[in-house]
Amino acid sequence: MSADLTIILPEIVLAVYALGALLAAVYTGKDALTRLLIWLTAAVFIVVAFWIGVSSEIGTGFSAMIVKDGFSRFAQVTILLSAAVVLIMGQDHMARFGLEKFEYPLLITLAVIGMMVMVSAGNLLTLYMGLELQSLSMYVVASLRRDNVKSTEAGLKYFVLGALSSGLLLYGISLTYGYAGSTEFSAVILAASGSVPLGLLFGLVFMLAGLAFKVSAAPFHMWTPDVYEGAPTPVTAFMATAPKVAAICMFARVTHDAFGNVVSDWQQIIALLSLLSMFVGSIAAIGQRDIKRLMAYSSIAHMGYALMGLAAGTAGGVEAMLLYMAIYVVMNIGTFAFILSMTRDGLETTDITSLNQLSKARPGAALALLLLMFSLAGIPPTLGFFAKFAVLQAAVDAGLVWLAVLGMIASVIGAFYYLRIVYYMYFGESGTPLDNEVPVFQMVALAASGVLMLALFPNLLGLEPAAANAAAALVR
Amino acid sequence: MIGLEHYLTVAAALFVIGIFGIFLNRKNVIIILMSIELMLLAVNINFVAFSGFLGDLTGQVFTLFVLTVAAAEAAIGLAILVCFFRNRGTIDVEDVNVMKG
Repeated sequence: MSADLTIILPEIVLAVYALGALLAAVYTGKDALTRLLIWLTAAVFIVVAFWIGVSSEIGTGFSAMIVKDGFSRFAQVTILLSAAVVLIMGQDHMARFGLEKFEYPLLITLAVIGMMVMVSAGNLLTLYMGLELQSLSMYVVASLRRDNVKSTEAGLKYFVLGALSSGLLLYGISLTYGYAGSTEFSAVILAASGSVPLGLLFGLVFMLAGLAFKVSAAPFHMWTPDVYEGAPTPVTAFMATAPKVAAICMFARVTHDAFGNVVSDWQQIIALLSLLSMFVGSIAAIGQRDIKRLMAYSSIAHMGYALMGLAAGTAGGVEAMLLYMAIYVVMNIGTFAFILSMTRDGLETTDITSLNQLSKARPGAALALLLLMFSLAGIPPTLGFFAKFAVLQAAVDAGLVWLAVLGMIASVIGAFYYLRIVYYMYFGESGTPLDNEVPVFQMVALAASGVLMLALFPNLLGLEPAAANAAAALVR
Repeated sequence: MIGLEHYLTVAAALFVIGIFGIFLNRKNVIIILMSIELMLLAVNINFVAFSGFLGDLTGQVFTLFVLTVAAAEAAIGLAILVCFFRNRGTIDVEDVNVMKG
């Protein structure tokens, strides 16, 4: 097999699996096969993740259109594993609320392929194609519950704003192409050094705006709360994890691989995005009563912290960002495992007051959620604290002390709404309790991520050296 | 003589019209879809103009990819819109407001 094909073999395997399974399901059992397909897809994801993780294949394919290095490997493994866990923990929920559609795991597979291409792009063309594959699949799964107004409205809003952001990104790409003379990152980085032509600068700004939409950084965050609220909960859980990792890694690819010589030109923009996201996410979440909307604002704030790592513009900053994203994914998986289990009298509920007195009915779940909330708020000695510490340190090292200080202030404001959930669980008024039967995989995911929040193994389970390697591969 | 800047100006104008079409339009979601298409076509003009100016084919190849993606995007957008219409009975932009964002 040619070297080019060997490089993208994992993606090819996934694509063949997705199309083959789609045909097989259409011609045989259709929706009756959903559960099988979900398990099969998760298994394929895990196998491919291990395959990518252990293979030391480093190189480029298709004239450097695809770049497989330590950075893309870290991102792809994170994406695949989190997607697998989200699929498994969501399946009971899908079955219970009549969402067993066989397209769901396959669309998720296509989205994951898109994300894998995004993070390993070495050319603006592959970056765009990967992004669109991811986005188009996500628009469809957001409106998966197609007989429901909220779900279709979420899909529609996601589609319109997603298409707008693709347009902005594409306009930026066209200007970059025109003024750099090529769409290859390796050529753009040569053109973008020293004094940058104005057109290239415009291209950079448009691209950053488009990318900020995709990571839902303020002021481009308007779609996030509505889409999180309206989409079926397993889909929301997915949106909050893998696509966020992919988008922020793509962000790092563009800034470092294509514009790595002109850090000072994008540093201020990203610092501003980061600052606005942290404050918008922390302040706007205070008024939310719906836990899915609350998690949407929480994710906006967390993207702000991850962008702070990127704003540092150093290898240390990228390492902190990757570490932050990996920990963020674990925290979100745990929290969404709990949200998936929130039912009252067999109906889904997302009101945070339904958490009142949870500690009496389900002490274990309340404890795990407490740890997750502490971690999301960044309270030591949970993992979330170390994640925040890493990005703040990277920002301070890069001379962005003002950003780090403001980030800490935002984090204190944000702690309010996380701690309010803890308050409801332990000291809230008594009301109708949540149902007590929880599907086993949601319980396992919740418990495991709760325990992980306290697990201060050396090097955070080997995450830290892996992130350092990945950052070293990206920032040269 | 028509130079590169003329093409870029036209593309920029079309792009801005597209963006304004999305944000200022209070009437109909279909118009939003048309505006999105307009934005993508403006980008295509940019690509082709640069491609001709630079004497480099990449831009034209990119255009073909953009056109393909735009077609897929329109198909998915219309499909979601049909589902939305079935549930809500209207496609007025003002009525896309079950959730307040």
